[in-house]
Amino acid sequence: MSTEVNPLTIVTPRARRRKLVGTIMELVATSAAVLAVIVLLIVVVSVARKGLPALNADFFTKNPVPFGQTGGGIKNAIVGTLIMTGMATLIAVPVGVLIAIFNTEFAAPAVAEFVRLVLNVLAGVPTIVIGIFIFGLLVVGNGQSAIAASIGLSIVMVPLIARATEEVLVLVPASLREAGMGLGATRARTVVTVILPTAVGGIVTATIVAVARAAGETAPLLFTSSIFANAVVTDVHQAMASIPLTIFVDSESPSVADQQTAWAAALVLMAGVLIMGIIGRALSLRTRRQIERAR
Amino acid sequence: MLLRGLAGAAALTVAIVLVLIAYKVVDQAGDAISAFGLGFITSTEWNAVTNQFGALDLIWGTAVTSLFALILAVPIAIAIGLFLSELAPRRLRAPVGALVELLAAIPSVVLGLWGILVMGPFLESHIEPWLNIHLGFIPLFGGTPSNVGLLPACLVLTIMVVPIVASISRELFDSVPGDLKAGSLALGSTRWEMVRSVAIPQVSGGLVAAVILGLARALGEAIAVSQTIGGALGRPTSIFGSADTLASRIANQYQGAATSLQTSSLAYLATILLVFSLVANISAQLIVRRIRRRMGTR
Amino acid sequence: MTIRDDGPRGSDKMRTMTESEQSGQDESGAERADIVLARSQAQMADIAAKHSATPTEGKPVVLGLRDVAVAYSGAVAIRDVNLEIHKTLVTAFIGPSGCGKTTLLRSLNRMNDLIPGATVSGSISYHGHDLNASGVDPVEVRRRIGMVFQRPNPFPKSIFDNVAFGLRLHGMKDNLHDRVEKALRHAGLWDEVHTRLKSSALSLSGGQQQRLCIARALAIEPDVVLMDEPASALDPIATQRIEDLVAELKNDYTIVIVTHNMQQAARVADMTAFFSVDVQESGSRCGILVEHAPTVELFTRPSDERTEAYVTGRFG
Repeated sequence: MSTEVNPLTIVTPRARRRKLVGTIMELVATSAAVLAVIVLLIVVVSVARKGLPALNADFFTKNPVPFGQTGGGIKNAIVGTLIMTGMATLIAVPVGVLIAIFNTEFAAPAVAEFVRLVLNVLAGVPTIVIGIFIFGLLVVGNGQSAIAASIGLSIVMVPLIARATEEVLVLVPASLREAGMGLGATRARTVVTVILPTAVGGIVTATIVAVARAAGETAPLLFTSSIFANAVVTDVHQAMASIPLTIFVDSESPSVADQQTAWAAALVLMAGVLIMGIIGRALSLRTRRQIERAR
Repeated sequence: MLLRGLAGAAALTVAIVLVLIAYKVVDQAGDAISAFGLGFITSTEWNAVTNQFGALDLIWGTAVTSLFALILAVPIAIAIGLFLSELAPRRLRAPVGALVELLAAIPSVVLGLWGILVMGPFLESHIEPWLNIHLGFIPLFGGTPSNVGLLPACLVLTIMVVPIVASISRELFDSVPGDLKAGSLALGSTRWEMVRSVAIPQVSGGLVAAVILGLARALGEAIAVSQTIGGALGRPTSIFGSADTLASRIANQYQGAATSLQTSSLAYLATILLVFSLVANISAQLIVRRIRRRMGTR
Repeated sequence: MTIRDDGPRGSDKMRTMTESEQSGQDESGAERADIVLARSQAQMADIAAKHSATPTEGKPVVLGLRDVAVAYSGAVAIRDVNLEIHKTLVTAFIGPSGCGKTTLLRSLNRMNDLIPGATVSGSISYHGHDLNASGVDPVEVRRRIGMVFQRPNPFPKSIFDNVAFGLRLHGMKDNLHDRVEKALRHAGLWDEVHTRLKSSALSLSGGQQQRLCIARALAIEPDVVLMDEPASALDPIATQRIEDLVAELKNDYTIVIVTHNMQQAARVADMTAFFSVDVQESGSRCGILVEHAPTVELFTRPSDERTEAYVTGRFG
């Protein structure tokens, strides 16, 4: 080994500057990621800390009390959100899955491209505009109703379910299709009895993700189900309370009790959404692995 | 055959719904359109008493908040995309990526709640006075600190836009062929130089599409913005001041609209918003399509 | 003895030879095998004869490897490598696939740094200085030790910008045009592209793209050029051009070339290192250096029987 200084360690000023710039940029990138995680934590912790104190059995089992009184809960909002999101899911899942099937099984490539374009554009329409749309279509002349709200929510859900389902259907190996049709089944039968069952995991995941999204949507509800009583409503032709709207209204209220309710409701909503998100992700990984193994 | 028919009908329905949305919104704006015509876009009036309405201040507010959010969000998001794709240790990539996406999963009403009740007051008591004292000579930081206004609204929008642009950026950087990266590094480039001269140019089209999608998100956000922006009319020069956006005004006033002309004017605002969002979304889709086609022919 | 292409007859004979070997045939089979052995060895000898028997005379050592081993996350890919790369010579790494030739090559310019979990043990010295010493900047290493890859990987930029990439990086921007021209001439590409330097590099054919990558590497005036099977993705004519190029370049650069094609090594290399796979009882496989000698010697008088088996086509 030579005893002189190793020339590979000597860097010219220019090279030193380049190395420094590189290190700085790597630091910047890392800080950005850290910043995002910190912001997430701040928001989640805020909601948890402020919402937790108000979470008790009453919160889930009692309806709101008239202004001025203490106590009560958001039972009507919870029921309302469950019903409206549930109905929206009942509409959106068949429609979304059918569209995905159309794109992967029946449509010519150009047509499928077009349908995908339409789905993406629809997904990008601001939800407040969707609210006005449903308002003009269903609420004007008929009054607010949970059905109208559900239809509005389903419009938000359909593109999500259709896109994600298509991604899963595409993964199903062609050999499965050929096997089904080779045994003499029609295309439709093959789809229903062979392909869908294989893809069901992915469809469930897509649904969970879409439900998590719909449960938190406020704008469509503003126009379709914003005037409601402090009691549980199960008539779908009436407006129902909902968690997002409760948060929205109470967040702007000067009353501390209302704000407390808003925090607690936000905690419930966020917990639900985050849990669904985590389950969805875990399921998605599992389904992908299952299908890969089947290939 | 039945399945084919049903599936086709479903696809057709979606296309019809899209057209119907445009139609119904424009339809409800009908009265305002006939009353104000295109002058609506250049008028700054918004008065329920005199029944005069105009969109200019709202368009301004939408443009300013969206642009501000993009300027903050895009560099941060691309940096996060780079981190997740190039820098993060393998074991960290999935968890950190998941956390960033979780940020996108927070419902906007919850973010708005946090914005009004936590971030707003914090800005008012700590950040804005500091900015005022040290940078107050710039009109941007001139006004009186407040817990609502352009600043909190922009920050909330930034939080919403970052995860969208970040996850697309990450996918884009992951798609850069390893051969290209290796070629640059073998010539003696630092990792950053490789990113700057090879990776980013390679995916620049996709990045543009990602930014446009982030813009579309910011344009259309009604709830969180309405909770944090203050809802005043006018075009303040300071970011501490209060203003309003197209989406936010619709959210705030639709229920309490005093006259049918006001309701119709709000629908007119929705029409303008729809046009903006359609232009943004369709441009992004076209860019993506062009990129896919070019990749296919190579 | 004329050099004949190892045509179908030749390989038929090979197959016959191995079959007869396996069935434990009589001595006439063994004699036939010897004849074939002698013939293919003679072919190689002819090819390699254009190289000197003592190529390293008067050539200083550029890269010295002592007890070098490379492992990925603990799994050793290649070990016990002791050899020297001499200045302005072409050294070839040959051997069956999986013996770690490319892994070893990549450790010569610290490209293995990019693979998490990759570790290099032993010492690699460059002009006497430790390549892996703390404080060594991989950027400095790669400026001096360049690399050409198996598949051409030009950047999606113009031909000019591809060659200028390294120059701009390292601040060699004076007389940029002249430097680019010189590199392209060196790579034998100038005549074909000088009228369209601004056009995209991707519009070139595969062989041209590879020569562009070579020009790109040469532009920054490296000391050593590492080539990882540079012609394996190319058609025979383009391959020939690359081999001719390597023969010219060695006057100015030290070249290490990995190749799976023995004839190619025989044609272009002054020194050849033969690697093989060592299988332990546990079943773990790892590459090892079997023999390193002047090409002529390796092909005519290999000292290790494994080398002999490989170069006569008995396996690999």
